[in-house]
Amino acid sequence: MHWVNMAENQSSVVSAKNLGLTFQTNDGPVNALTGVNLDVRKGDFVSFIGPSGCGKTTFLRVIADLEKATEGQILVNGTTPEDARKNRSYGYVFQAAALYPWRTIEKNIALPLEIMGYSKDEQKKRIDHTLALVNLTGFGKKYPWQLSGGMQQRASIARALAFDADLLLMDEPFGALDEIVRDHLNLQLLELWARTNKTICFVTHSIPEAVYLSTKIVVMSPRPGRVTDIIESTLPKERPLDIRETPEFLAIAHRVREGLKAGHSYDD
Amino acid sequence: MTNTLRTKIWPVLAVLVVIIAAWYAAALLMNRTLAVEEAARKGEVLTTGAMWLKAYSMDKPLLPAPHQIVTEIWNSTATMSITSKRSLVYHAWITLSATLLGFGLGTVLGIALAVGIVHNLAMDKSMMPWVIASQTIPIMAIAPMLIVVLNAIGISGLLPKALISTYLSFFPVVVGMVKGLRSPEIIQLDLMHTYYASRTQLFWKLRFPAAIPFLFASLKVGIAISLIGAIVGELPTGAVAGLGARLLSGSYYGQTIQIWAALFVSSIVAGLLVFIVGGIERLVYRMMGARPEAQA
Repeated sequence: MHWVNMAENQSSVVSAKNLGLTFQTNDGPVNALTGVNLDVRKGDFVSFIGPSGCGKTTFLRVIADLEKATEGQILVNGTTPEDARKNRSYGYVFQAAALYPWRTIEKNIALPLEIMGYSKDEQKKRIDHTLALVNLTGFGKKYPWQLSGGMQQRASIARALAFDADLLLMDEPFGALDEIVRDHLNLQLLELWARTNKTICFVTHSIPEAVYLSTKIVVMSPRPGRVTDIIESTLPKERPLDIRETPEFLAIAHRVREGLKAGHSYDD
Repeated sequence: MTNTLRTKIWPVLAVLVVIIAAWYAAALLMNRTLAVEEAARKGEVLTTGAMWLKAYSMDKPLLPAPHQIVTEIWNSTATMSITSKRSLVYHAWITLSATLLGFGLGTVLGIALAVGIVHNLAMDKSMMPWVIASQTIPIMAIAPMLIVVLNAIGISGLLPKALISTYLSFFPVVVGMVKGLRSPEIIQLDLMHTYYASRTQLFWKLRFPAAIPFLFASLKVGIAISLIGAIVGELPTGAVAGLGARLLSGSYYGQTIQIWAALFVSSIVAGLLVFIVGGIERLVYRMMGARPEAQA
């Protein structure tokens, strides 16, 4: 019944109702996620923030059909996560670039295109296009080890953008990079989002990063993993780096911190 | 270049010089008694100098001196037609052809078993103990039986010897390839899962390329033991041809120099084979874009 209602809502890209996931481990069941209700709309930039163990990565992996929910419902593009995966309706960016060392950058970007059966001409067109999107034009013939960590992560974003997925799932993609590189990539990611109109779900544990990037911030807490606050950002779409010193930005960051505190994320 | 000389060639040469010196000392000690006894039978008394010369130039010494072995190798390779039954080139080629056939079969068998073990749960649970058990049987015991059984069903010549090489060389390939095919990280497997890649695509685009370094490590071991297998396979055939036959006939007639010459040739051939596999490995690594200093 409500499945039908949710499917009718065309602009909803991810829709979770009472979603829960319990892992069965040797030490007994672990409640990774419980009672998650969330609606991600087309064109949203949603950040998931919280301390480790709050289930933010698990939630992203449920969307991607890398984990199966044990309670509640979730629809991705109006279908089950499994069908969404089979329809290749999302691109996933992992914490590490996970580029194949034996493939050049352009061959790495071609990997999903080869698997999905794109023609050679189409592959080349898309490689050139996505390399330009992540500012890596001219680096296509390099091998991953010849690139810096930030460039490798940009190449992995290009790989996720290469096929026609409107949803981009990013699991702490800049977590391993230094702050200067991270600032730079945040700026580029916003530009890319504005240009491509993708819907982005972004996991992070950095408050400034979440506030700077998002239209919607989902604050999460551990034991059991749950959503404690959902904040709609009031910041404009155009965001220079120094917006992070405005009172408006700081107010949102403060509310995120309060949400984390309410979920006992700062307890010992 | 000078760096290569200092870091690679000098250490090897230094060890070689020590080995040769030790060898001459050992040859003198071991052959001295033999030389003195032989002289005593003829009623001669040897001076120290004459005794040394004698110890290093006997026809059937206990331990031939290095120069005697080198001379024998030279005489039985460079100075005679390679089709002659006394040419070591001829015998080496016989053994080499069995080695290469067996190695090829062993590599294919090893890869096939590894693919099965990685992809099929039943094979994963059942095969490995048998693969390991196969290597606990002494090859010297199983080789004659295999040759006899195959002869009885009409298979003789190259193939039985090659099969013994196969029996030895498939093992490192199975072990290496199972590990190699399972070497991709979870994140790389997850990535393929998000692409909804088929098992075939997963194999050719991820598992197999990831296993290449493991494959070459196994092939280097495999090619060397393939040669051993071929030589062992030649021993029970009644010493017709091959390096194994030379070893056998040498030991029948107490021709120690001939035995050592055959041993030297077999180790030279083994070294060349490993070197060639290593060369192919470097070539493949370069084609796969490996970082220059990361090459083995």
